[in-house]
Amino acid sequence: MSETADRVKKIVVEHLGVEADKVTEDASFIDDLGADSLDIVELVMAFEEEFGVEIPDDAAEKITTVKDAINYIDEHQG
Amino acid sequence: MFDLTGMTALVTGASGGIGSAIAQALAAQGARLAVSGSNADKLEGFRAGLGGEHVALRCDLSDAAAVDGLVPQAVEALGGRLDILVNNAGVTRDNLTMRMKDEEWDQVIRVNLEAAFRLIRAAAKPMMKQRFGRIVSVTSVVGATGNPGQANYAASKAGLVGMSKAVAQELASRGVTVNCVAPGFIRSAMTDALPDAQKQALSTRIPAGTLGEGSDVAAAVVYLASREAGYVTGQTLHVNGGMAML
Repeated sequence: MSETADRVKKIVVEHLGVEADKVTEDASFIDDLGADSLDIVELVMAFEEEFGVEIPDDAAEKITTVKDAINYIDEHQG
Repeated sequence: MFDLTGMTALVTGASGGIGSAIAQALAAQGARLAVSGSNADKLEGFRAGLGGEHVALRCDLSDAAAVDGLVPQAVEALGGRLDILVNNAGVTRDNLTMRMKDEEWDQVIRVNLEAAFRLIRAAAKPMMKQRFGRIVSVTSVVGATGNPGQANYAASKAGLVGMSKAVAQELASRGVTVNCVAPGFIRSAMTDALPDAQKQALSTRIPAGTLGEGSDVAAAVVYLASREAGYVTGQTLHVNGGMAML
């Protein structure tokens, strides 16, 4: 597992208060992890802070699973 | 009660009659302030009399880009926190509906409603992160009752109420409350300009028998901005001497 994936999962566990083993790469924030739309806004803010990337609104809307987040960050991290 | 020590606040329209009373009251309760206004001279003059720690930020609220920059500027000037946003700035461009120009409509909606939306949108982010925030918008009795010659103003003020209720629902779970204060007739430069006969006539419509003061409005804002008001959200507190009981 990549370092990005570890850090993303840690943020998800902290923000959503879910068990770490439920945060698989295929897990959907809303359907599997019980997030609401506001939680996703907060997660995106937390990712931006943790990784120093900017995630514009149109990209943020496409991030629905843990894997989506990891991929976006890996592709855009300078 | 209602101690604001350690809290930071941004107040728009702070050099005006009601705005300066709000800024003074927040400062008196211990908040550190960023005050904004469109008129640099008035803002400077007002600052001189304002106690406590504060910064002044000039901003033309009809300029969307300037408005979008105001909250980040305030957060930076206040050391990285924004606890309280008071959308107080407002303008009037009265005219009968049939004669109302597009510009008169646009200007009032832009300054009174759209700027408030932009500031709330920007403030929501730091407030959500902090898990604490108080957003108070100054609306008007006219937003609830209407007033001839003020279709634009009444629409903007009613708009603030509806918008605040929507945002209140979005942010309630994050410790951010969103409320309105609705003044009735308040003594100000605007009401001072009215002829005595008209002031007299106005007073007869107010059960309290007199015009309100800026400090009456400010006290309502202080309450809604306080930690103690944390369970109050999506509400409009009417400060009007009983002239409309809603």
